[in-house]
Amino acid sequence: MHAEEKLTYETWPAEPERSTLEAKNKFLGFWLFLGGETVLFASLFATYLALKDKVPSPEHALAKDLYDLPLTFVATMLLLTSSLTSVYAMYHMKNFNTQKMMLWLGVTVALGLGFLGLEIYEFSHYVHEFGHTFTSSAFGSAFYTLVGFHGAHVTFGLAWILALILRNYKRGLDLYNAPKFYVASLYWHFIDVVWVFIFTVVYLMGMVG
Amino acid sequence: MANQQLNSRNPRVDLEYRRRKSAEEMRYQVVSFSLMIFLTLVAFAAVAIKGFTAWFTAPFIVLLAFVQVIFQLYYFMHMSHKGHEAPSLFLYFGLFFALVMALAFMTIIWW
Repeated sequence: MHAEEKLTYETWPAEPERSTLEAKNKFLGFWLFLGGETVLFASLFATYLALKDKVPSPEHALAKDLYDLPLTFVATMLLLTSSLTSVYAMYHMKNFNTQKMMLWLGVTVALGLGFLGLEIYEFSHYVHEFGHTFTSSAFGSAFYTLVGFHGAHVTFGLAWILALILRNYKRGLDLYNAPKFYVASLYWHFIDVVWVFIFTVVYLMGMVG
Repeated sequence: MANQQLNSRNPRVDLEYRRRKSAEEMRYQVVSFSLMIFLTLVAFAAVAIKGFTAWFTAPFIVLLAFVQVIFQLYYFMHMSHKGHEAPSLFLYFGLFFALVMALAFMTIIWW
């Protein structure tokens, strides 16, 4: 099979994300990238853990003063659900149903935007109510670098999925674009994997003390 | 679990089989999603209920996070499927460095 081949529901392969040589390379390369991303986020997590609550004077807000359980909970639910909706999108991709795949990707983007909105609100709340900024303390720098890097990944993931939707709206599925959708959904899941550790290590452990 | 191309020499049968396979897999996905939501709720509850000591809560919620991430990797990211040997190698290698780094930073850096 080659990438430009016109396929039908009957001839669509079982693993469209790995049916051409280009797709196989993309798949392998992307997982290598995710391995590298793991190391990148690990260094930021390690920095955060080492610098948590390290502030220059007692009037600076600490983790337990800042974090808000309900807000983190809603953000977590939004991102977790968006992970499920992108699984639905890939299910329809495997069944060669372009419209339904696009629909679920759209839902994923909407949920991701909701998450991003909450994060922007959260950061501005910390800056204005607590004076907790990037340069106010080592704690602040470590916090905004870690959580901000994740937020940047969410932003990039949203732009990526949106670009794929717009670019391929009229084209329909083929073996050229199916691996692109698959890889973008892997990226989205990985963002959720990182968030699981952020809500646990940063927010929940921050409130525990 | 592997969603492989089959060769029964009857395309209709193959297609029917694959459709059922992926519908079945989708059910597993929904089950793992429910479990992930449940684990998240337990982790938040463990922190919201003030009765536990930090010595219990912190390791407990980290354990829950690891379990949840295994669901995410093996079901949502299809690592349980065939042909994920190299991805597993990359990811576990990354994870190994991750743990070493976290351990080193937490034990070597202090004020």
